[in-house]
Amino acid sequence: MPINMIVCCKQVPDPEAPPAVFKVAGNKMTLPADVKPVISPYDENALEAALRIKEKTGGKITALSLGNKLVRDVIKKSLAVGADELILLEDEAFEESDSWSTAYALATAIKKIGQYDLIFCGRQAADWDAGQTGLGIAEILGIPAVSVARKVEVTDGKVRIEQVIPDGYEIVEVALPTLITVTSELGDLRYAALKGIMAAAKKQPTVWKPADIGLEPSQVGAAGRHSKLNKLFQPVKEAKCEIIEGDSPEEAGANLAVKLREAKLL
Amino acid sequence: MAENKGILVYGELAGGKLASITTELLGCGRKLADDLKEDLSCLLVSDTVGEASKEAIAFGADRVYTVEDASLKQYQADSYMQVAEKLAKELSPRAILMGQTSIGRDLAPRLAFRLGVDLATDCLELSIDPEAKLLMRTRPVYGGNAQATFSSELMPQITTVRTKAMSPMERDDSRKGEVIPTKVEIDASKIRTKIVETIKEEVAGIKLEDAPVIVTGGRGVGGPEPFKTTLKELADILHGAVGATRPPADNGWVPSAMHIGLTGKIVAPDIYIAVAVSGASQHVAGCSGSKNIIAINKDPEANIFKEAKFGVVGKYEEVVPAFTNKLKEILAG
Repeated sequence: MPINMIVCCKQVPDPEAPPAVFKVAGNKMTLPADVKPVISPYDENALEAALRIKEKTGGKITALSLGNKLVRDVIKKSLAVGADELILLEDEAFEESDSWSTAYALATAIKKIGQYDLIFCGRQAADWDAGQTGLGIAEILGIPAVSVARKVEVTDGKVRIEQVIPDGYEIVEVALPTLITVTSELGDLRYAALKGIMAAAKKQPTVWKPADIGLEPSQVGAAGRHSKLNKLFQPVKEAKCEIIEGDSPEEAGANLAVKLREAKLL
Repeated sequence: MAENKGILVYGELAGGKLASITTELLGCGRKLADDLKEDLSCLLVSDTVGEASKEAIAFGADRVYTVEDASLKQYQADSYMQVAEKLAKELSPRAILMGQTSIGRDLAPRLAFRLGVDLATDCLELSIDPEAKLLMRTRPVYGGNAQATFSSELMPQITTVRTKAMSPMERDDSRKGEVIPTKVEIDASKIRTKIVETIKEEVAGIKLEDAPVIVTGGRGVGGPEPFKTTLKELADILHGAVGATRPPADNGWVPSAMHIGLTGKIVAPDIYIAVAVSGASQHVAGCSGSKNIIAINKDPEANIFKEAKFGVVGKYEEVVPAFTNKLKEILAG
């Protein structure tokens, strides 16, 4: 049975960029232009989960992203690795969405797509780290959801999921359609093959504005938020690490032990 | 609609007792309730709640709602949601506090969307804005590279709180409170997921969350072996536990139960020794509550030195064994 899959992919500032480049200005996070955005890492894991099912069971993958001025060669990575279609909810009105307005717009777009068996999201996005959107979409659509999956398999119309719990994992079964949020233990997204990159270059994403999914600008983005951002700031850290020296690394190691005793830590 | 009043803590049990996160939530919930001059309630859900309801009172609750049902022995979103939704509607609190735990992470977003309200997850600080009487909720964002304060006028204001971010009150068994057994009919037909099997990946020795000393290895450790040898020997000497950053867990060098960080375990030991750990914000989020961080890294520019109290710049393969040997000598007296 071919499976219709939708993977929600968010474009975010590269979380692996050195901490020093993250600067808050005017209640917004700004990064230098040379730090390229990426697909949020957990969303990449989610895309990998879908690709594995497509390989094994067959099916179609639609990547779905929301934002404004999305960088084409970043977001088209989804096509390059094997997604069949890319839909962008792209408009000024989608800017400054919170978990609520993001999930609401994505769920509305998913209703418009209509056919879906599995929806994949990353467990949380690397910008706001809220971890709400996936479960929120499932609530709005009224479908079951399983969070923090490290393995997903489809057999006989059922999904079998390994869900990470504090000291191990649970094997959970659920019927289709369902939504799954994916964690990093599932594995990294594969590299795009040259053939995939070439094919992706020829494909154009479908772009939907709020009106295309039947929403007013007042229902999306900043206007549709449930939360108010009062303040974005960076706490000042007092960096005062005492570096323990020695004539050799071994001696420095031994001196560290002595130091800890002196500081009464032992 | 009735006016929303009071703070409701969504409690969790661990081994028949109140989980430590719940005592922390009651500690901060008590302060918020006192600021508002309102009551603090606690909801406990399980197959049997037992003595934990009295504990909740001793740790600060005015009222404890206990919901017991055989089907609630193990957490499942579709059964627990029936309880959470019903109680949230009936009690109409001003705020609901939950732990940023495996249960809280899963249940809180569902509840917020079901009720059509707002949720702030993984909060580090909570306070009441005296004028608007709204909860000001501060949480790390951008992988810990910044913090943000959020508020919402939608009631209840649902909030999850990071473990170990708040302090419990001193336990006081003479505190008075009311235990209110509450019946919720669980509709089994609404439970859409089935737990087929629960697999525990036991990590030998002291649990990370309880260890007074933690030795953590990062990507720079290079493979699975040192976690069982170099790092373990150091941890053993100090009666501590071994942890890891995310890459070793993702690469399968160690079980994911050893992962410390934003999406792994949050720890706050007395001594945290970071070995070949670069200090990515996502990792620091999991250990920044430690009393003393000690860093061993060959890169003097590594971010972990910004977090550490003491550090050694050098290859861990050379530094750590010498450090361990000297500790042995010192501790032998």
